[in-house]
Amino acid sequence: MINYDSVLSDNVKSLAPSGIRKFFDILEEMTDAISLGIGEPDFVTPWHIRDAGIHSLEKGYTKYTGNAGLSQLRDEIAKYLSRRFELKYDYKDQIIVTVGGSEAIDLAVRALVNPGDEVIIPVPSFVCYGPITKLAGGTPVYIETKAENEFRLTAQELKSAISPKTKALILPYPCNPTGAIMTKEDLEAIAAVLRDTNIIVISDEIYAELTYGQHHVSIANISGMFERTVYVGGFSKSYAMTGWRMGYTCGPADIIRQMLKIHQYAIMSSPTTSQYAAIAAMSKGDTDIQSMKREYDQRRRHLFSGLADIGLECFEPKGAFYMFPSIKSTGLSSAEFCEKLLLSEKVAVIPGSAFGLGGEGFVRICYASSMEKISIALEKIGKFVETLK
Amino acid sequence: MDEILVMLERDSRQSAKQIAVALGRQEAEVEAAIEKYEADGIIMKYSALINKDNLAEESVTALIEVKIAPQLGDGYDRIAQRIYQYDEVDSLYLMTGSYDLLVTMTVKSMKEAAAFVYEHLAAIEGVSSTATRFIMKKYKEQNCVLLKTSEQEERINFI
Repeated sequence: MINYDSVLSDNVKSLAPSGIRKFFDILEEMTDAISLGIGEPDFVTPWHIRDAGIHSLEKGYTKYTGNAGLSQLRDEIAKYLSRRFELKYDYKDQIIVTVGGSEAIDLAVRALVNPGDEVIIPVPSFVCYGPITKLAGGTPVYIETKAENEFRLTAQELKSAISPKTKALILPYPCNPTGAIMTKEDLEAIAAVLRDTNIIVISDEIYAELTYGQHHVSIANISGMFERTVYVGGFSKSYAMTGWRMGYTCGPADIIRQMLKIHQYAIMSSPTTSQYAAIAAMSKGDTDIQSMKREYDQRRRHLFSGLADIGLECFEPKGAFYMFPSIKSTGLSSAEFCEKLLLSEKVAVIPGSAFGLGGEGFVRICYASSMEKISIALEKIGKFVETLK
Repeated sequence: MDEILVMLERDSRQSAKQIAVALGRQEAEVEAAIEKYEADGIIMKYSALINKDNLAEESVTALIEVKIAPQLGDGYDRIAQRIYQYDEVDSLYLMTGSYDLLVTMTVKSMKEAAAFVYEHLAAIEGVSSTATRFIMKKYKEQNCVLLKTSEQEERINFI
């Protein structure tokens, strides 16, 4: 009989599966719940993009591509980044097509981190940064961003988290789960702290297309930051392509070269069918993004006004497709709130505590769901909050 | 097109208040805009899209191509008017191509459509010939896919 406990990696065993397992156990049992929990678009991938994937299969394009991805796709990514965000990357040696944005983050962290190095991670944020850092032998250093700062990272907070061991800063804006964004001025302040250091920014800009009322600015575009930024982008959120697993990463050739080695040994190349679909998305998908974004914006306003009517305090999110209202006034913890809401009204939202320090007292509501579902959910949340008074 | 119209075209049951919230405008402003669209003949009516294939009663949709003998004056419009006055006619278009007018109508049976053609349509002076086509299956109408297809298995996690 093998004692698996002694066989398995201590590092992996130490990773917590999820702080809110119990909540998901209930959710899994409940098939008729209205879920505003899942962080993915409710749209199906636009047809012309799906069609391009199908067409590639019909033509028999089923082999590996080059490690970094199809050159045509990398070229289109370079053109897109230049057209949309004025970022100038050379497709020949500064771009890798990855399996989703997640792989890109993993590649960047593994390419940079030596055992004992620290990686600064603003929280509440996407759940993968800490575990990926630990798997690479690094130490996550969390900065708790504040609701009163609209969950932005401030220069002061960053300064006090930096130590001689700091290797990288993960910059997750527009932010899941808070919906926070960083403006050009906010980024200038961060850049001023980093410019004279060797700290590399891993900028997770997967929600770059989903900002409301203002155009997204990348930190790679702030003076002096290009050479110390690894850009992470993807197709999942902006083109509703989550299941295709398509992302990309861009950066200085010296960093990309090392990241490509990891990608080559672990992945070989990203899925070929998805890459052909992604070419269609990049080259002809700008209007798809605009129409989906317009929809999200309508839903965002609807949800924001509905939460205000219910009396749940919330800062107005300007990015991604999440709202992060405070539930402190109810006296419940965020896990209790979500469990009770699920059991009594069958509405699923996610406890803020799942997203790390500073998430307690908040819940994440995803509005990438139909207006109708949002309306019903709002009504039920309102009823639930009323019973707590 | 104004976002108000886009939203109403998709779901005309949305209230002015709902539209105002979604678009970040004032309710009164949206109400006034809708009234003006109605007055200006931009919004013509509010109706439901009914998938008649799912009703118990039988029905059939016919597309009737109509050729008009060339004539002087306001020929097309006068003949069109004589056709669209019939309640059975759902839509009527003047077309480019090998025929002139396209009539669509949904009736109980092919027999009923045939009766309309020879009793009314063919009897109109100036109509030189007709060709009737029937719809076998409706896949999509007014930007709405009518066939329910199975959906992907739901996944439960929060990433």
